[in-house]
Amino acid sequence: MNPLEAHGGDLVRLDRVTCRYGSEPVLVNVDLAVARGEFVGVVGPSGSGKTTLLRTIMGVVTPVVGSVRRTAGVSLAYVPQTETVNWDFPVTVAECVLMARRGRTLPWPSRSERAEVSRILERLGLGNLERRHIRQLSGGQQQRVFIARALLRRPQLLLMDEPTAGVDVKTRHEILHVLHELNGDGLAIVLTTHDLNGVAAHLPQLVCLNREVIATGKSAEVLTPEVLEQTYGAPMDVLEHAGMPLVVDRYEHNAPVAGGQAKPPNVVPFTRRDAAS
Amino acid sequence: MSLDQLLHPFQFEFFVNGLIVATLSGALCGLVGVYVVLKGMSYIGHGLSHAIFGGFAASALLGVNFFLGAGAWGFAAAMMINGVTRRRAIGSDAAIGVITTASFAIGVALIKRYGSGGKNPDSLLFGQILGVSRGDVWLLAAVMLAAVGVIFFLYRPLLFSTFDPEVAEVSGVATARVDALLTLVLAASILATMTVLGVTLVAATLVIPAVVARMLTDSFGRMLILATAIGAVCGFVGMNLSYHLDIPSGPMIVLTGAAVFSAVFAATGRRGLRRAAAIHEHSGAVTA
Repeated sequence: MNPLEAHGGDLVRLDRVTCRYGSEPVLVNVDLAVARGEFVGVVGPSGSGKTTLLRTIMGVVTPVVGSVRRTAGVSLAYVPQTETVNWDFPVTVAECVLMARRGRTLPWPSRSERAEVSRILERLGLGNLERRHIRQLSGGQQQRVFIARALLRRPQLLLMDEPTAGVDVKTRHEILHVLHELNGDGLAIVLTTHDLNGVAAHLPQLVCLNREVIATGKSAEVLTPEVLEQTYGAPMDVLEHAGMPLVVDRYEHNAPVAGGQAKPPNVVPFTRRDAAS
Repeated sequence: MSLDQLLHPFQFEFFVNGLIVATLSGALCGLVGVYVVLKGMSYIGHGLSHAIFGGFAASALLGVNFFLGAGAWGFAAAMMINGVTRRRAIGSDAAIGVITTASFAIGVALIKRYGSGGKNPDSLLFGQILGVSRGDVWLLAAVMLAAVGVIFFLYRPLLFSTFDPEVAEVSGVATARVDALLTLVLAASILATMTVLGVTLVAATLVIPAVVARMLTDSFGRMLILATAIGAVCGFVGMNLSYHLDIPSGPMIVLTGAAVFSAVFAATGRRGLRRAAAIHEHSGAVTA
């Protein structure tokens, strides 16, 4: 067996991975396994190594210590942060998606490639937008175009960097809905996010990262004041609302408002979740 | 001006050669210029044309064939620029400024000290049709064919690595090799077109057709075709004007491009302006 091949149900496995940019360690002793059909969110503060973790899984960053094993022949696809995309680049939706096609060297797509693109766009609710320039789309549509491009590679594992950064609530719901549907079809997904309440709390599995893995598990298990303080270096409270964890910045939560008055109590019934609970 | 007067220069072989070279040069620079502009490499094109001038002077001094000497010099400069740009170890603008202007200065110093070996440096600086031979036509045709071949067969990797290099790399595109190949195509294009367009004006012919094409379309495929056609038309019209107005070919081709730019700018209004401004914003292009 190839020593760099993952085994069992894992698509990719990181064993005690340490990565550095120059002399600066970005990831330290990271263990992580992603199995078929899993949906994993990676949370952590800025500079905690979330993007480096994705790049390590992809093989763009080589660890200085440890190993990255991938199942033989596993197909990965990556969706970058939309904030890094040049939205003024002259590409239509179809041209953008077709960048990911493989095999054929001719500039124009084959009939079957065109049909495949139409099918994927239709499925993601982007039918009839093939000839539209990418800037002429809403935030949710733009994100779905890049998901469509990733899907054209027929991946088993989809890696996404901050897919909901800078989007409104409706768009965030759209994106999460699409991702849950794709995950329901068996696609494994690993995404990074800063949004603990809007995204992380809705994911089945979480990894709390701050250069090293602080905790892994179901969102209800890892979204605790202790884990979050260790991850973010700032005190946070975790309340419960409608059965979902709700993370609150403790400073804001207890801070007095102008005039020296404490914030009025929230009218929605919350239950404080203690670390031990 | 009568039709006879317009057709008069076509009886001269030098003019026909010059016209073919100008049209092909415009088309080649238009085609390659799309990548130059979208990748924000216009400063490389500008610098590279100046760097090659150093190679011209060195090859004159050493008695080496101009295309071989200047070509080797240009490729070396291109690879240095490409390496500096990719590594981002120091400011690429500053590094390119040093490499290319030093190379240009070497060229001027060598010519002033040792002469230009019978070649007219002014024609290389501003473009000249009188010296265009059948050999120049064939050389340019070969470079054009090679550039079209590279862009045709590497269409998807080139587009992907121009638009989104990080994801392209993950998706199996060897972006470093693609960038190096594109830089070599750019260097070869500058070398082959310098005799007609001139060192100081090559960069403008790389940028103007691409920017005009961008003002007209939102599709990458159509931009490639439009930029090539606009470059060819500018080369053809500019060369004819050059003959009739007795002005060097380089300035006339660039001025024709500037006139086309103005016309398209007037016709497309805000939409064209927004598209062209977006290129400037993202790539730092339109500096020529």
